[in-house]
Amino acid sequence: MKKIVILGGGTAGTMMLNKLSHTLDRDQWSLTIIDRDKNHYYQPGFLFVPFGIYTSKDIVRKKIDFYPLGTNAIFDTVTKIDPKNNLIQLEAGQPVSYDILIVATGCTIEPDETEGLKGPLWQKSIFDFYTPDGAAKLADFLTDWEGGKMILNLTEMPIKCPVAPLEFLFLADEFFTNKGIRDKVEITYATPLPGAFTKPRASAILGDFLKKKGIKLVTEFDIGQVDNENKKIVSHGGKELPFDLLVTIPTNMGSSVVEDSEMGDELRFIPTDNETLQSKDHQNIFVIGDATTLPASKAGSVAHFEADILIENILSYIAGKELKAKFDGHANCFIESGFGKGMLIDFNYTTEPLPGKFPLPGVGPFTLLGESAMNHYGKMMFRWVYWNLLLRGEDLPIGPEMLMAGKRR
Amino acid sequence: MTTKEIAGKQVELDADGHLVNVNDWSDEVAKALALEEEITEINDKHMQVINFMRKEFETSGSVPSIRKITKQSGVNTKEMYSLFPGGPARKAAKIGGLPKPKGWI
Repeated sequence: MKKIVILGGGTAGTMMLNKLSHTLDRDQWSLTIIDRDKNHYYQPGFLFVPFGIYTSKDIVRKKIDFYPLGTNAIFDTVTKIDPKNNLIQLEAGQPVSYDILIVATGCTIEPDETEGLKGPLWQKSIFDFYTPDGAAKLADFLTDWEGGKMILNLTEMPIKCPVAPLEFLFLADEFFTNKGIRDKVEITYATPLPGAFTKPRASAILGDFLKKKGIKLVTEFDIGQVDNENKKIVSHGGKELPFDLLVTIPTNMGSSVVEDSEMGDELRFIPTDNETLQSKDHQNIFVIGDATTLPASKAGSVAHFEADILIENILSYIAGKELKAKFDGHANCFIESGFGKGMLIDFNYTTEPLPGKFPLPGVGPFTLLGESAMNHYGKMMFRWVYWNLLLRGEDLPIGPEMLMAGKRR
Repeated sequence: MTTKEIAGKQVELDADGHLVNVNDWSDEVAKALALEEEITEINDKHMQVINFMRKEFETSGSVPSIRKITKQSGVNTKEMYSLFPGGPARKAAKIGGLPKPKGWI
């Protein structure tokens, strides 16, 4: 019996596990998945926790409930990947061997990468919303906060869910308005990027949104350190921004096991072929989701489209054939824009987000790069789709390749 | 895309003012592009960064991030900001004749 081992039971790992289970001959292949955490978090939900829209309970389930029958599920910490011997070393259990390895170890925030970020003010006046704990603590803080200067700071790219900072700003604007203290809160977005977003058309439109909502934008701000004593963030170039509340999106890095196994780049991401998702260094290792070096969004939708490609390529690899399925960088993201509305963007490696209708050209029901209530419902309904269809590897009505139909240049 | 005379040579520039063709680059072109970024003199340290970036681009096909530059080129973050004030990775890429670093999503 041959073995496929998946490292990481998050969005990408769980989808691949289910797809492989549906597809492979289970008399010939065993499926093992390894993760240290028994909980599966609905990560798109983290954004809503600080504002009390979701509670911590709404966004967590047991990982095991999403694994298909017959899965060898191991809950342990991987201490080393040993590609020379096709072996996974574990903290508590015996080493696990593999014929094919799928690395889906994701990425995490690393606040220690920025001087002073985890100083005395951490989780007192400085919060993240990329962890269940951070989002819950920020929710507690916001319940009693009476206003002041709030800065949202993006440390550096790439980050998981690149639209999340903007959504946070839009939802904060709504939250403070509903609380009746919007005039007491000065909201500033400090970003190292030259605009509100990375892609030109979307950046211009989203930048206008910020302006309309009275949110200040400070661009090309490369944070150097947090001055805890004087409550300021200071850029490498010497620019200073004072805050009462700092919401940070710290540096995102791949799993530390990638570094310990000497398999990653300077941010612990694994060099991966942009199209086939095969590791650049090892033929029997494939990488999916946030763990890769792909120049695509680190987002669940990307992991989903990648999974459609990767399943084909793994079948080709098993059959000894050329890896023919090619990933095009497709991403599809709802953007909450506040007050019951949302936006939608759809793009890939080479085509930036464009306005139009989606998925049916001219019909929708979703509006690309424009606000609508339907987009907001789409985002809120997505949690059901995620738990019931996406993680279980079911086909969704959107294929992996991005389409131009319905879009305006 | 526009064509412009830089250091006595017709070169193609992209929308961000970066060279379209990396082979159009020369010391003279670098000097002229540096002036556009208000850097009046290119010293050995500037060149250390630029040479590292060009070599990386040649081998990997992408412009290295500021993190990679400061980790591997021998020039630290503080020096980078004094050599290329404002946006060090972007300015160094422009002067080095490389595309704008991708702030991808």
